[in-house]
Amino acid sequence: MTQVIYDGTYEGWLTAVFEIYEFKFQDIVFAKKEASAVLLFAENHFVVTDVSKANRVLKGLKQRLSSEGFEGIYKAFLSDVNQIEEIMFRFTKYVLSSSINVEEDFGNSDVWELRRATRLTRKEAHRMEAFVRFKLTKDQLYYAIIEPDCDVLPLIESHFKKRYADQRWLIYDVKRKYGIYYDLENVSTIELQFNTKSNSANHLTEICDEKEEFFQNLWRCYFSSVNIESRKNMKLHIQHMPKRYWKHMIEKIPETK
Amino acid sequence: MVNERVMEKLGILADAAKYDVSCSSALSKRENKDKGLGNAKGYGICHAFTEDGRCVSLLKILLTNHCIFDCAYCVSRKSNDVKRAAFTVQEVVDLTIGFYRRNYIEGLFLSSGIFDNADYTMERLVRIAKKLRLEENFNGYIHLKAIPGASDELLKQAGIYADRLSVNVEMPTEQSLKLLAPDKNHKDVIKPMEYLKNEIAGYKEEKKLNYKAPLFAPAGQSTQMVIGATKESDLEILGMADYFYQQMNMKRVYYSGYVPISYDNRLPAIGTPVPIIRENRLYQADWLIRYYGFNVNEIVGLNQPNLDLDIDPKLGWALHNLNQFPVDINTADLELIKRIPGIGYLSAKKIVAARQFKKLFPEDLRKLGIAYSRAKYFLAFATPFQMQKDLTSIQIKDQILNLQKSKYKNDFSNQLALFN
Ligand code: SF4
Repeated sequence: MTQVIYDGTYEGWLTAVFEIYEFKFQDIVFAKKEASAVLLFAENHFVVTDVSKANRVLKGLKQRLSSEGFEGIYKAFLSDVNQIEEIMFRFTKYVLSSSINVEEDFGNSDVWELRRATRLTRKEAHRMEAFVRFKLTKDQLYYAIIEPDCDVLPLIESHFKKRYADQRWLIYDVKRKYGIYYDLENVSTIELQFNTKSNSANHLTEICDEKEEFFQNLWRCYFSSVNIESRKNMKLHIQHMPKRYWKHMIEKIPETK
Repeated sequence: MVNERVMEKLGILADAAKYDVSCSSALSKRENKDKGLGNAKGYGICHAFTEDGRCVSLLKILLTNHCIFDCAYCVSRKSNDVKRAAFTVQEVVDLTIGFYRRNYIEGLFLSSGIFDNADYTMERLVRIAKKLRLEENFNGYIHLKAIPGASDELLKQAGIYADRLSVNVEMPTEQSLKLLAPDKNHKDVIKPMEYLKNEIAGYKEEKKLNYKAPLFAPAGQSTQMVIGATKESDLEILGMADYFYQQMNMKRVYYSGYVPISYDNRLPAIGTPVPIIRENRLYQADWLIRYYGFNVNEIVGLNQPNLDLDIDPKLGWALHNLNQFPVDINTADLELIKRIPGIGYLSAKKIVAARQFKKLFPEDLRKLGIAYSRAKYFLAFATPFQMQKDLTSIQIKDQILNLQKSKYKNDFSNQLALFN
C-alpha cells in the first residue's frame, strides 16, 4: 500500500492523481501533509503540487464529463467527508477509463458516492447563502461568522459579491480559520484571529454600529411575531434549520442584557 | 426611526400579516445594476424557518391594519378589537434595507388593510416600492398586494416596481365570499387579476422583441384561498385553482388552512385545530397538476370530491388505478414512471438516465434514493419480484400505512378527529 501525501489543496490532489498514474501505484490511500499517520505506512509518496500536471488531469475529466459533472468533483472535494479523496479517485479512474460519459451511471457505487458528497456540499452552500447573518461594525463593515461542515466559502463568494455590491463585507469560517473579504472591488481570502465571543453585550457596544443592536432586536421581534402558535411543529423547524447553525443566527440567540 | 415605536409597530403589523402564506421569492431575475444593493436570483432563499416550520424569506408586513372593511375571517377587520398601527413610507423602506443588508431576507412582501379607500392605500404601497427601486437602488424582491378596486393606473405603476403582485380571492367560491366578506365583491377581485394577466402577457411579448423592455411583475401574479373556514370540497377548491392557472396565468395558488381567530358563528370556533394535513394534501395535489401532468379530475371527482387525509394524492390515484400497474421501470416512459408512488420527479429522470448503462434492480433504486418500500407495490422486474402483484388496493394501503405509522400516527389521529 502506498500513502500519497499532498498539500490539502484541490490542485495538490489533482497532481497526486497524475502521479498515481505516472508511477502506476496500485493500492493507495491519501493523506494531507500534516497527517500524523504518515509514518505508519511502509511506503510514502510525497506530492509537490504542479499546476501543469493538475491541468492535464482536469483536461481529461473535462472531455468526459458535463460541466456539472466536472464541477461536481470539486464540490465533492469541498465536502470534507471521510475518505473523500479515495472516493474521488475511484470515480476519476472510472471516468478516465470509459469512452462515454458515465456520470449518470447511478448503478455504480463510486458514481453515487461521489454524487452524495457533491450534494452535501451544494446543500450546505445553499444553506449558508441563507443563514449567514451580517453584523455592522462601527467602521461600516458587515461581518458574519459561520461554522459549516463543508468548506463552502469558495462556492458562495460570487453570490455575496453580486448581492452586496455596495457594502464592505467579511464572511469568516471559524472552523477552517479563514474568511472572504469584499472591499467594494474584489473578494480576497484572508486569515485572521477572530473573537468568537461576538454575541456579548459588550461586543455589541464596543465593536458594532449604534443601530446594530436595534436591528437585531427588530429581527428577533419579527421572527417571533410571524410564528403561528397553533401550528407549532418543532420537528419541522429543526429539520429545516438544523441546531448546529443556531449559535450564529441572531433569531436563535436570546437578546443580550 | 424612533426605535421603540417602530418595534411596537413591527410586532403588530407582522403579526397581522402572518396569515397570508404567499412568501416565495422565486421566479424573478433582477440583476444588480450599477453596484446597487441586491440581486434576485430566480430561485428563492429561505432565510429562516418559524417554529411552525414555515419558511421566512421576505419581510412580510402590513402597511397598516386599519381597515374600513369587515371580513369575518380577517384579524384586521373593522369590528375586531385589536391594537392598530401604521408604518410611514420611510419606515418600511428603512426596515427592508436594514434587514436585507444583514442577509435576513430576500425582500419585501407588503400588504395592507384598506384605509380611506382602495386607491389611497394602493398609492402608498406603490410609493414604497418606487422609493426602494429608485432611491435605494434596491434589486431584491418586492411583492405587493394589489388592493381590490384600485385603479388600473396604480396597478400599472405597481407592476413596474414590484416583482410579483397578488390579489387574494380568500374564499374558494363566490357564495362564501359573500357570506364572510359582505363589503367585498367577487368582481373586484377578478378584475385586477384580469388586468394584470393582460399587462404581464403584453410585457412578455414586448420582451421578445426588445430584451431591454422595462420589467413588469416579472414573477407574475399569485393568489391565496383560505381552506376550512367554509364548507367547500377539495373538488371545488382545486377546480378554482385550475381556473386560476388556466385562465389567469397564475404562477402560484396558495392554500391557507384557516386559523380560528374569531367568535363569529359563521366560522369554525376558536380552538378548532388548523386543517394542516388537508392543506398539505392540497399542495401535493396542486403539485401533481402543475408538474406531474395530472388532470384535476384524475385526483378528485364527483364520486370522490375530497382528498384522502391518510394517504397522499399520488398514492390515492395509484390505488384507484391499479390496472395501470405494475410498471417496468426499465422500459416504461418517463411520464408513467413519474406516476409511481415513492418515485419523485427528479428520481424518475435519474432512472431514465441510469437505465441506459445497465438494467436496474431494486438495490439500484435504493441507491437512487427512492422510497422503495412504497414503490415496490407498483413495480415490475424481470426477476423474482412479482410476488406483490396480487394484493388488493386495500391491502397495499394498509401495508404502506403501517410502514409510516410510527412516523406520523399522532398527527393523523389529531387531524382525523376534526373531520369525523
Ligand atoms: S379588506 Fe382585507 S384587511 Fe380589510 S378586513 Fe377584509 S381581508 Fe382584512
